[in-house]
Amino acid sequence: MGSPRTIIQRYNLGPLIGLLMIIVVLSFLTDRFFTISNLLNVARQVSINTLLGVGLTFVILTGGIDLSVGAILALAGALGAGLLGLGYDPILAVLFSCLVGLLAGTLNGTIVAYGRVAPFIATLATMTLFRGATLVYTEGRPIRAVAEGFNTLGGGYIGPIPTPVIITFMVVLLAGFVLTNMTVGRRIFALGGNEEATILSGVKTTRYKIMVYSVSGLLAGLAGAILTSRLLSAQPTAGMGYELDAIAAVVIGGTRLTGGQGGVVGTLIGALIIGIIDNGLNLLNVSSFYQQAVKGLIILIAVLIDRRNAAGG
Amino acid sequence: MELLEMQGITKEFPGAKVLNGVNLTIREQEIHALLGENGAGKSTLMKILTGIYPMNNGSVFYKGKEVHIKGPKQAEDMGIVMIHQEFNLVPHLSIAENIFLGSEKPFTTWGVVNWSSLVDASRTYMNQVGLKVHPKTPIAQLSVGEKQLVEIAKALSRKAKLLIMDEPTAALTEKEKEKLFEIMQSLISQGVSIIYISHRMEELFQICHRVTVLRDGRYIGTLKIPETNIDELVALMVGRQVTERFPKVNHQPTEVILQVENFSNRALVDVSIELRAGEVVGLGGLMGAGRTELARAIFGLDPVQGRLKVIGSGAANFSGRFHHPQEAINHGLAMVTEDRKDQGLLLPFSVQANLALPTLHKRSTLGVIERTKESEMTRKYIQLLRIKTLGPSQLVKSLSGGNQQKVVFGKWLETNPRILLLDEPTRGVDVGAKVEIYELMNRLTSEGLGIILISSDLQELIGMSDRIYVMYEGKITGHFTRENITEEAFMHCATGGVQWEAQGL
Repeated sequence: MGSPRTIIQRYNLGPLIGLLMIIVVLSFLTDRFFTISNLLNVARQVSINTLLGVGLTFVILTGGIDLSVGAILALAGALGAGLLGLGYDPILAVLFSCLVGLLAGTLNGTIVAYGRVAPFIATLATMTLFRGATLVYTEGRPIRAVAEGFNTLGGGYIGPIPTPVIITFMVVLLAGFVLTNMTVGRRIFALGGNEEATILSGVKTTRYKIMVYSVSGLLAGLAGAILTSRLLSAQPTAGMGYELDAIAAVVIGGTRLTGGQGGVVGTLIGALIIGIIDNGLNLLNVSSFYQQAVKGLIILIAVLIDRRNAAGG
Repeated sequence: MELLEMQGITKEFPGAKVLNGVNLTIREQEIHALLGENGAGKSTLMKILTGIYPMNNGSVFYKGKEVHIKGPKQAEDMGIVMIHQEFNLVPHLSIAENIFLGSEKPFTTWGVVNWSSLVDASRTYMNQVGLKVHPKTPIAQLSVGEKQLVEIAKALSRKAKLLIMDEPTAALTEKEKEKLFEIMQSLISQGVSIIYISHRMEELFQICHRVTVLRDGRYIGTLKIPETNIDELVALMVGRQVTERFPKVNHQPTEVILQVENFSNRALVDVSIELRAGEVVGLGGLMGAGRTELARAIFGLDPVQGRLKVIGSGAANFSGRFHHPQEAINHGLAMVTEDRKDQGLLLPFSVQANLALPTLHKRSTLGVIERTKESEMTRKYIQLLRIKTLGPSQLVKSLSGGNQQKVVFGKWLETNPRILLLDEPTRGVDVGAKVEIYELMNRLTSEGLGIILISSDLQELIGMSDRIYVMYEGKITGHFTRENITEEAFMHCATGGVQWEAQGL
């Protein structure tokens, strides 16, 4: 039913088509791109941004924004590494990073929901706060994170596939299931679509507002643990600017910044588009100065195409 | 002399012919009503006239010459201006700035606004519409009626020759409406013609000269107002005889199920009312009298002092105050809000998602939604309420007003309410769907529900209620039965003239 254009709009196929086109073009431009080892490499590089993007998708679906995910990543990574340094079990350290992320996210959500502060301002403030806390804790120096087995989280493989890729994939599947098949997800969409109508339908929206920031924080914490594990140290400046790449992934993936529309599969595709462009430009030996500009342009084009389609529908 | 002639206008959207050979002729200095149910094609026709949509077929003659209107700007330059139901005013700018928004050029030198000339020019147009406030007053401080006048002044400043007014009285008080009609008359005498879109039949007979009726995108006919009557027009609109406009059946109200005791807050003063099972209780009064505020307080949306009692069996029993709609819903209350687009519906969501929202938990196991149950439920309500839709996944924003309202009713019926709060349930709903809503109310009361009906349409209020409370400035100033109410007595109470306690209550 309907023209190809309406089908593309209905199932949000635009980002996927864009991704495939980029893959085809890069495959022709360099034969080093479409190899298993390179693709696995890209997948691993993309996993951190995807995790942050998935968390942000929850937040953005409610019409909010979370600028603090990069800072939470750094704080959670540093505190996890600190625990590891005290001789605790690696699994405990990872769980601790996740807990730190969860608590930081819950703080964001509480400020937004009960303090009635605009999400942009609230998370701008906490971003600075978490960054500062990280610097205080690390005294501005990297913290070594070496322990038996800890490296498998970020640097290991399950079969031929890097562990972070598998974890990220499972997170995307789980988040997608929650958003599309569970009452929680439906209420998050509803809240972003029309908060007042949702309250009137008997949904306690403050609860869900806090929840989305908690999810975002939790995934940032997990990303922090993965990054620390891969680098074998927690950097005080880790995750600097990651929030912007994550927001870009969400938006390229077709989630509306105004809330109510979108999903995590789109975000995964958006993160892949960004990661593959980075990778392709590297393989093509484009200078890193140009890389930034090209990436910016591609994001702009993606969003403009998306707007056109939205206006047409 | 004809000002406008639209002939054989046809418009197709993918998969649907929304206009099929429609004619419309507007004479000079005429108020011409455009009548039809929602979805009949009125707004599409107006969008073609104002250049928002292109047409597939047909021709438009304006001032005797064939014209091809390519955009709203061109229409405006020709003197065709539409005043939309939702105003296009910037709330924090002044009246003067709003009137000349986008056409400030004559009042500027090198881009700097000459305020005194702008204000003077605004006064001219404001006088024409009888708006007696300072031109520098911000729009946000005006009443709905005054905003309407600003819109008209704005149209006049664009040298409007043909004014299109879409439901201009929907939110006006009786007094504001009378004033609007006076101004319309004076505009006519100044050489303007008006296309008047309204669902309120009485108004057409008060103000219009001729009427054109559309049904399902077809042209049904054009009649002179003095030569027709409400019954004939309704029959033309719906294509069948609607025997009774208010098919009220008398029920036997039984036990009290809701008691509101001494409710007071910002908008309410010591309000006490009660509702019985099987009864429709009307809440009347002017805009801002506190009717909506009372419903909101009962439903747990606004803080309030006082107490309410829900009397039922077992868990439904309640005494106290609701602090969130969730508590109200859990005790068998449901509320159809006045503003269905902002408060009742999630417009960009599907019919199914809207119907399901308040009762998600009923069709889920461990938080996972059971899709088959959900679509069964959706189909049930599409059938039961005769919702005209392409299917459960159609977005509600593309439904007509009446069908949107049916979705709102459906989502609440699924909560199995015992008490229904209906705030202006038929506003912006066409005649056919109105009667369906009335019939639904009757069916629900016969099943033992109690309904509180808020309505600004006095005939609807009297036609559908068993008892009526009248409010004025947050107080209950009158209490009538259906039998002993008169429009006069009602207006006395609604305007604060007298307190009235009906005999035998």
